[in-house]
Amino acid sequence: MTETKTHEGSSLYQRRHLLGIEGLTAEEIGFLLDRADRFVALNRTAKEKSDSLSGRTVINLFFENSTRTRTSFEIAAKRLGADVVNMSVATSSVKKGETLLDTAYTLNAMHPSLIVVRHNESGAVSLLSQKVDAGVLNAGDGRHEHPTQALLDALTIRRRLGSLSGLNVAICGDITHSRVARSNILLLNTMGARVRVIAPPTLVSSDMERMGVEIFTDMRQGLKNCDIVMMLRLQMERMQGSFVPSTKEYYRFFGLDAEKLSYAKPEALIMHPGPMNRGVEIDSELADDEDRSLIRTQVEMGVAVRMACLETLVENVVLPESGEERFNHA
Amino acid sequence: MPNSIALINARLIDPATGTDQTGAILVSSKKIQAVGDIDQNNADQIIDCKGKVLCPGLVDMRVHLSEPGNEHRETIAETAAVAVNGGVTSVVGLPDTDPTTDSVPVLEFIARRGREAKAAKIYAYGAITIGMAGKELTEMGLLTEAGAVGFSDVDNTLTDTVVMSRALTYSKIFDQTLINFPLEPGLSTGVMNKGELSTRLGLGGIGTTPEVLQIERDIRLAEMTGGNLHLGPITCHEAVEAIRAAKDKGIKITASTAPHYFSLNETTIGDYRTFGKFLPPLRDEFNRRAVAEAVADGTIDVIVSDHHPHDPDSKRLPFAQASFGAVGLETLLPMSLRLYHEGLISLPDLLSRLTDSPASIVKIKAGSLEVGAPADLTLFDPDKPYKFEPDLLTSKCKNTPYEAFPLQGQVLMTLVDGRILKQ
Repeated sequence: MTETKTHEGSSLYQRRHLLGIEGLTAEEIGFLLDRADRFVALNRTAKEKSDSLSGRTVINLFFENSTRTRTSFEIAAKRLGADVVNMSVATSSVKKGETLLDTAYTLNAMHPSLIVVRHNESGAVSLLSQKVDAGVLNAGDGRHEHPTQALLDALTIRRRLGSLSGLNVAICGDITHSRVARSNILLLNTMGARVRVIAPPTLVSSDMERMGVEIFTDMRQGLKNCDIVMMLRLQMERMQGSFVPSTKEYYRFFGLDAEKLSYAKPEALIMHPGPMNRGVEIDSELADDEDRSLIRTQVEMGVAVRMACLETLVENVVLPESGEERFNHA
Repeated sequence: MPNSIALINARLIDPATGTDQTGAILVSSKKIQAVGDIDQNNADQIIDCKGKVLCPGLVDMRVHLSEPGNEHRETIAETAAVAVNGGVTSVVGLPDTDPTTDSVPVLEFIARRGREAKAAKIYAYGAITIGMAGKELTEMGLLTEAGAVGFSDVDNTLTDTVVMSRALTYSKIFDQTLINFPLEPGLSTGVMNKGELSTRLGLGGIGTTPEVLQIERDIRLAEMTGGNLHLGPITCHEAVEAIRAAKDKGIKITASTAPHYFSLNETTIGDYRTFGKFLPPLRDEFNRRAVAEAVADGTIDVIVSDHHPHDPDSKRLPFAQASFGAVGLETLLPMSLRLYHEGLISLPDLLSRLTDSPASIVKIKAGSLEVGAPADLTLFDPDKPYKFEPDLLTSKCKNTPYEAFPLQGQVLMTLVDGRILKQ
C-alpha cells in the first residue's frame, strides 16, 4: 500500500527532522507525497501564497555550492510565507575556521524554525541536527542521502504512473558517490518497486547489493523490462583519471541514447536529477523528448515536495520557551 | 633494608615462567628481593593482597605521546600518570610527536620528561625515516645509543620497498625491531571498514585487502633481509593467516593488536559516532572474532592500547573530518580481560601478551617476577564487575568508545621501582 489517505491536520510524520529516507515507513513517505500533491495544484495557480509558515524563519545553510536545490528550497519556503535567509559557505564565518557545531550553536541562538542544510560530508547534517532546537532538513550530505530528491522523484513517478509498487527502476551512473542513488534506492524499496543499478564497476561497490538492488555493468541487460530509467550526473572530476578513462568511452557504454533505451519497456520514462551533461550521460534529444523525459516535471515537483516537507516539519517543531536554552556550549 | 615492602597473600602470576601460585613478594631498592615464601618480619610495610592477582607491571608498546607538540591533550607526565592508573608501568611512545622523534635531542627530551614524571617508565621509538616521510633513514645507531627501543613511522606506512628493506637490513646492527603500519595507503583512503555499513552511511571504506597486502609485502622483506619486523595493529582474519604462515616458516616477525579490535566491531560507529573511528578501522564481527582467537592462540603476541588522546574539537566533527583513535591506557587491562572471561585464554597467557612478550620485543627490563627484576608490579582484581563511564578516566581526554560498557577487572595497586604509585 503506497497511498495513504489522511485527515486534514493529523500528521502521520511526527519527526522533527528529515535527515534521510532510511528508517521512514511507507506511511510516512506516502503522507509527505500526498501533501506535496496538493501543493502542485496550488503552485500552478500561482495566485495565492499559503501562509502556513508565516512569521517563521527558514535558514538555507549550504556548505556546498548549489543553485538549483537552494533556489527550489527558497521558493518553497517563500510560497509558504516564511522569511528565508540564505547562508552559503563562501560568505560565512565557516571560511574563517568556525566549526560545524559552532555554526550550529550560532544559528540556534537566532531561533530559526527550520534549517535546510547541505554539506559535503556524510553525516554532517545529522550531527548538526543533534545540537539545534529547529527542525533540520537534509538537502544533501556527502554521498549519504538527499531525501527530498528521492521524494520528488517518487512524486513525479506516482503522478505519471499512479503508483510505485511493482515498477522496475534502473538507476544508472556514478552510484558510489551519489546520495541521490542511496535515497532513491531506500525509498523505492520501501514503496515496493524493484531497483537495479547500472554502472561501471569502478563506480558501484558490490556491497550495494546488500541494500536490495541488482547490479548490472551492461546497460542493455540492465534496462530490460524497465519502467523508469534514472540517469545520474557524472561528476566531471571523476571522468579524467582512474574511475572512467574518458567521457567518450563513458557515453559509448553508459550514456543513454535511443538505441540503449529500446531495451527498456516501450513506454519507459527517463529521469535525471540535473544538472545534465548532455552527450556524456544522456543523449540531448532524448532529454528533451516530452513523451519520454520527466526531467522538467521533476523540477516542478521539487518545489511541491519541499513545501510539503517544510510544512510538515514546522508542525513538529516545538521551540523552547523564551529564556530557556536546550543546548549549551557544552 | 630501606623502604622494603612485603606484598603478601597474593595470587602471583609470572607469565614469563608460567607460574600461577599463592605467595608473597618482597621488594626493596627498586628490585624484587624475594618471591614465594618470604621473610616479612623485616619489611617496613606489609600489604595484604587478599588473594588478588599480582603480576609484572604491564608493558604498553604502542602509545601516542602528545608531548612535544600537543601538550594541551596530554603531557608526558600526564601520560605516565594515566598509565599507572591503568596498571601500566612501562610505556613505549610512538615518534609521531611534533617535532617528530627522528633525532637524538627530541628523544632525549622525551626521556628527560619521562624521568621527571616519576610515574610509569617512558620509553620511545625513533622514526624509521626523517620526518616519517619515507625517504631517508634516521640515525638509527645514534638513536639506539640515546635509548630508542625500536623504530616506526607510526601510521605513515613505509611503502618504498628499497627504503624498507634497507631499514630492515641496517637496523640488524643494533638488533632493533621495525614496526611498519599494516595498511597499504593507496587502497586506504576511506574512514571506516568497507562493507554494507559504509555503503549505507555514504562513507569511504577501507577493506581488509590493503592490510593483507602490506603485511605480506613486509613479511617478504623481513624474510629477504633477516631483519626484526613487528606488525600491528592487526585487525583481520586474513592478516592473522598471513602472520601464522610466516611464523610457521620461521620468519622473525611478531604482531600486536589493540583491545578495540577484539572487543568492538564496526557497528560501534552506528549513526556516525566518531569515538568509534580508528585506523585501521573497526572491522566486522567475523574479523573481530578472528583477532580474538589469534590473541588466544599466540599468533598475535602482544596487546597494545594504541592510546591516542584527542580534544573534543578533534572528534566533534563530521565523521570523515574527525581524528582517528581513542584513549586506551586505562581500559587496556579490563578490556583485555574480556578474552579471559569469555574463556578464550588463560590468565597467565593473557598477561603474557601484556608483559613479558612486549618487553622482549622492545628489549626492556620488564615483564618478570624473578628475583632481581625491577619492582614494577600490578595488583588487580580480575573479576570485579562495574559499568564503565568516561568519568572514571583520569585522562584529561575522554575520547573512549567504551561508554556504558559492562567491564570486569580493576587495577588495585601499581608499583614502579618499588614505589607504590596507585592505591
